Amino acid sequence: MKKLESTWYNMALVLTLIAVVAGAALGYVNELTKGPIEQIKAQQLADGIKKVLNAQDLNVEEPQTKEDGTVLYQTDKGTAVKASDPNAFGGTLTVLVGFDTNGVIQGYQVLETSETPGLGAKADTWFQTGGKGCIVGANPAEKNLTVKKDGGEVDAITASTITSRAFLRCVNKAYAALAGEYTDADSGATKQQKDNK
Amino acid sequence: MNNIKVLLNGIIKENPTFVLLLGMCPTLGTTSSALNGMSMGLATMAVLIFSNLIISLIKNFIPDMVRIPSFIVVIASLVTILQMVMQAYLPDLYATLGLFIPLIVVNCIILGRAEAFAAKNGPVASIFDGIGMGLGFTLGLTLLGAARELLGTGCIFSFSVFPEEYGALVFVLAPGAFIALGYLIAIINKIKKA
Repeated sequence: MKKLESTWYNMALVLTLIAVVAGAALGYVNELTKGPIEQIKAQQLADGIKKVLNAQDLNVEEPQTKEDGTVLYQTDKGTAVKASDPNAFGGTLTVLVGFDTNGVIQGYQVLETSETPGLGAKADTWFQTGGKGCIVGANPAEKNLTVKKDGGEVDAITASTITSRAFLRCVNKAYAALAGEYTDADSGATKQQKDNK
Repeated sequence: MNNIKVLLNGIIKENPTFVLLLGMCPTLGTTSSALNGMSMGLATMAVLIFSNLIISLIKNFIPDMVRIPSFIVVIASLVTILQMVMQAYLPDLYATLGLFIPLIVVNCIILGRAEAFAAKNGPVASIFDGIGMGLGFTLGLTLLGAARELLGTGCIFSFSVFPEEYGALVFVLAPGAFIALGYLIAIINKIKKA
């Protein structure tokens, strides 16, 4: 078959046809994969909640979303809090932190990360039990959970202070949301008031 | 040109990473470890095979003046489909590669092969070209990833070769990608001449 001539009519027709077929194919695959994708996300979150609270059977209540985007998952064995920080090294870092009823950290899991592999990406093990910057078992009300460089008590990941800071901001934000008294000195509201003066 | 020749052409003679120097953005960006490099190569190969096949089938219906936009639409759709399928059925792989999958759209290897090969050859030869180029790209990325992982962290495919403390951090970061790639190309040119 000979190639189609490049006339206006042919070009418009072919481009429209290709776009329609591609659109239809995408829509079809989207329908097909929508269910499994949502299932996997829900499954990952449910697994995460179990993991950070160190428990197998949990009754998870309806999630509560706070103003700053922090999400609380109340359970009968403590609370898992999802918090994120937009100023990590590679963008947004989202962490799920588990607290028992006294506010002691039971565990955490990094849900979303774009940190450098081999450096900041180590956050998923560094702060766990046995890691150099272990925060599990600490209570943010009693322990200053910031990196040592900032006067805190946590060892930052080697060569990844920015990631460590973002991670600890997530943890503190999660705790603040849990305590129900969100008082961040750097929050937009306070700053604006200062600016107005 | 028979199909085996087409296949080998992509892996050795016109290796996209080391000879054609195409698709440098994912090459440098995703090769922080051997596994990442290999997965990226395989994902690209999947898209490449299908895009070559589809374009060689529809090439006669596409007027010359609109061939680039047509190819791009085909490639972008394939990448999006791949992304959704991976997210649904291979969530672990998606978690490590997710960020880089959309980058396949702008990978010049795919458009380059569509333009240089699939638009001029039949479907069977185009599939072989896709496999050859894909394997060549995967090989290049895996080698570069392995070199960077070894020099940077002392591991290959996460198996420790020497303690991490002796690794040079720079190879895991972006500048190390350029340095490692440069030396790899130099070594391969040397071997080829010998």
